[in-house]
Amino acid sequence: MTPLLTCKQFLHDLNDYLEDVLDPATREELQRHVNECPNCWVVCDTTRRTLKVYKGMEAQALPSEVHSRLMEALQKKMAEKCGKHPTTGH
Amino acid sequence: MSTSTIAQAFDEASLVAKAKAGDADAFGTLVNHYDRRVFRMAKQITQNDEDAEDVLQETFLKAYSHLDDFQGNSKFYTWLVRIAVNEALMKLRKRRSDKTVPLDDPIDTGEDVVAREIAVWDENPEDTYSREELASILDEAVQSLKPAYRTVFVLRDIEEMSIEETAEALNLSISAVKSRLLRARLQLREKLTRQFKRKGDDALAYL
Repeated sequence: MTPLLTCKQFLHDLNDYLEDVLDPATREELQRHVNECPNCWVVCDTTRRTLKVYKGMEAQALPSEVHSRLMEALQKKMAEKCGKHPTTGH
Repeated sequence: MSTSTIAQAFDEASLVAKAKAGDADAFGTLVNHYDRRVFRMAKQITQNDEDAEDVLQETFLKAYSHLDDFQGNSKFYTWLVRIAVNEALMKLRKRRSDKTVPLDDPIDTGEDVVAREIAVWDENPEDTYSREELASILDEAVQSLKPAYRTVFVLRDIEEMSIEETAEALNLSISAVKSRLLRARLQLREKLTRQFKRKGDDALAYL
């Protein structure tokens, strides 16, 4: 049986392990390490949960004054563009 | 089978096509769909409300002016993010008093990744905080990262772009994105562990 990975090797591949993009053999090796090593199990679990908690974060709506200033700036720009390249009124 | 539900979904490609043909309403729909995400991302990178608003405006103004340059090789949002990231990084560089460390510097390549803070979390730590409290804990942790790590994390793990899209938007190699992402994730994990660890576990050693 191949020797267990070191924690350093495990951490190095942690992202690929979490994103499940490893080939089955490497995945198996990491799985074996995480089952045997309580520290790496905790690191793996809490990293996964870190990602989960950030992914669940919804972007808040723009403050209304920020939104109106954005719309104003855009309308100005659109008016400029139309002024420069008239597409109607021939 | 009815396709009406599909037709009602946000159809980015057709909105972009209409906007390119001069349809201002279509462009407005795109703006309204993405403005909050662009603003949040700008805030996370610049760490400043004023700068974030400038970035927000510049991003959509530039996108509007350069719509013809968008070839549809990437998703519209990826293209938008690339504009926004450039604007945000420019702001950040301008503001930083220490200009000796460029944001795209190859960093820490030889450095080991480590996990120091090792403790089991509460079952659902996020439930013990209000939405605002949780958001501020998460924001604070992200803000504490170095800009080079922060930008990668924001694009990949908050905006949920792929590794390839993140690399493309930041003009980094895939391996640079991966190594920065690993460090960013591990550092955030440590910071959140300090908040979320199960009470009374300090004395427990997992050794």
